Amino acid sequence: MITMREAAETVHMITSENLDVRTITMGISLLDCADPDLDRVNEKIYRKITRLAKDLVRTGEEISGEYGIPIVNKRISVTPVALVGAGACKRPEDFVTIARTLDAAAHEVGVNFIGGYSALVSKGMTPADEMLIRSIPEAMKCTERVCSSVNVGSTKCGIDMDAVRLLGEVVRETAERTADAGSIGCAKLVVFCNAPDDNPFMAGAFHGVTEGDAVINVGVSGPGVVKSALEHVRGADFETLCETIKKTAFKITRVGQLVAQEASRRLGVPFGIIDLSLAPTPAVGDSVADILCEIGLEYAGAPGTTAALALLNDQVKKGGVMASSYVGGLSGAFIPVSEDQGMIKAAQEGALTLEKLEAMTCVCSVGLDMIVIPGDTSAATISGIIADEMAIGMVNQKTTAVRLIPAVGKKVGDRVEFGGLLGYAPVMPVNPYSCEAFIGRRGRIPAPIHSFKN
Amino acid sequence: MKKTIITVLGHDCVGIIAKVCTYLAENNINILDISQTITGGYFNMMMITDASACEKSTAQIAEEMDAFGKTMNLSIRCMQEDIFNSMHRI
Repeated sequence: MITMREAAETVHMITSENLDVRTITMGISLLDCADPDLDRVNEKIYRKITRLAKDLVRTGEEISGEYGIPIVNKRISVTPVALVGAGACKRPEDFVTIARTLDAAAHEVGVNFIGGYSALVSKGMTPADEMLIRSIPEAMKCTERVCSSVNVGSTKCGIDMDAVRLLGEVVRETAERTADAGSIGCAKLVVFCNAPDDNPFMAGAFHGVTEGDAVINVGVSGPGVVKSALEHVRGADFETLCETIKKTAFKITRVGQLVAQEASRRLGVPFGIIDLSLAPTPAVGDSVADILCEIGLEYAGAPGTTAALALLNDQVKKGGVMASSYVGGLSGAFIPVSEDQGMIKAAQEGALTLEKLEAMTCVCSVGLDMIVIPGDTSAATISGIIADEMAIGMVNQKTTAVRLIPAVGKKVGDRVEFGGLLGYAPVMPVNPYSCEAFIGRRGRIPAPIHSFKN
Repeated sequence: MKKTIITVLGHDCVGIIAKVCTYLAENNINILDISQTITGGYFNMMMITDASACEKSTAQIAEEMDAFGKTMNLSIRCMQEDIFNSMHRI
C-alpha cells in the first residue's frame, strides 16, 4: 500500500517541481506514401497522418486527467521527407508542398509540432536530399509547426562536408527569411551527427527507416525534481550525490513508462522507447543549469561544469535504464541556452561561452542547442561550428546536434525573444577568425579508425 | 477495481474531512483507507478510494475536487493509483 509520504512526494513533484511528461510523440512511417505524382504523395501523406494520429491529442489529455500528470506536448514524427518525396519532387519548391501538407495535417490533428522534414546525408546527398535541404528556408518560412533536421555525419560513415557547407548557407538563409520573427525558422532546424531513429523531442525528431509503421515514443522531463532532491544532500559526498540523482531519475522515468504504455494501449500503436532526457523549459525551477549550480557551481560554465554535467548525465541514464526496458532517443541532459533560465543567466553574466558549451556537449546528450549568435555571422563560420560539433559526435560515437540562430540585425549583448517553450536568449559572441578555406574544400571527412569493427 | 488516491494539503480548519467525505458519498465513491496528520498547523490527508461505481471520470472528479478545495484554501489532488505504484514500487 502506498504511504502518505510517498503520495505527498509524487504530488509535490508535480505541483511544485514541474514534473511532467514532456512529449508523447507518434512516429509514423510515410514510406508507403511515395508516388511518382506529387499531388498523390501529398494526398497520401495527409490521409495517413490524420488517420493514425486523429486521437493522439485527446488520448494524451485523457491520460493526463486520470493520472494527474501534465503531458505538455503531443507531437508527430515522420519518415525523412527526402526519402518519401524523392520520386515525385523535381525542384526544391516541390518539397515545400510536402512541408505545407505536413503543417496542414498537424493543424488538423492538433499537435504543436511535426518533425521529419529531414534528410539523412552522412555519406553523400542524392539529388532529392540536396533539393530538400535547399528548400528548408522556404519551408520554415511558410509553415508554422513543421520541424526540419539533417543528419550530416556518423561514426560509421564520417562527415559529409559538402552538406555541412550547404547547411551553413541554409541556416543563414532561414534566419533571413524569418527575420521579422527573431529568425525563429532556425529554432526549427537541427543539424545532426549520429541522429537516433526514435527521438521524440523536437526539433530533431524523425521516424527512422528502421522503425515500424507507427510507434509511440515518450520523452520525460523533470530537472526541477532532480534539483529539489539535491537540495537535501548539499555538501554530501559524490556517492550520495549520484545515488540521489539515480533514484530521482528512476521515479521520473517510471511515470514516463506508465504514460507510454497507456498511450500505446489506448491508441493501438506499439510502444517504442522512453527518452530519459532532462529537458528544461524557460520556467523558473525547470532548469538543468540550476542542477549544475546545486552540484556546486556558481554558474553553469564555471570550471567543473563539464565534470558535473558528465556525472549528471551518467546518473540519469543509470537510474532511468532500470525503470524502462526500452530506453532510446537522446536520453541525457539537454543544455539549450534559450530554453533554460539558468543557462540564460549564465550566458548574460558571461560565465557561459560557446566554447564551454561545445566542451559540455562531449558529455551530454545533444549539442549546441538554441544558441543565438550575431546576425552577421558568415555561412562559413556557421559551417565551421557545425563541423566541430559533428566531429565530436563522430569520434565519440554519440549523437551531437547544432541548432544555431544567427539573429538578423542583432549583435552581441542584444536579446532575442521566441516565446513559449523556446524562451529567449542573449546574443553570444562567436570566434571572429575565418575557417573559409577549410569549409571551401569539397568532399567528406572519412570515418574514424575505431568505426572499423567488422 | 480501479483505485484512486486523493491527497489533501493545506491550513487546518474545521470540517475538511466532512466536506471531502460528503463529496465522495454524493458521488458514490467508496473510501478504502484514510491516513491523516497535522504538522505545524498543516493538514495532510491521503485517502485511497474506489470510484468504480461513480459515473464521473477520474479527470472530472479531480477537477471538481480541485475547485472546491480552492474555496477552502486547500490543495486537493485526485489521481489513479497506478502512477504512485509505478513511481514507488519496483
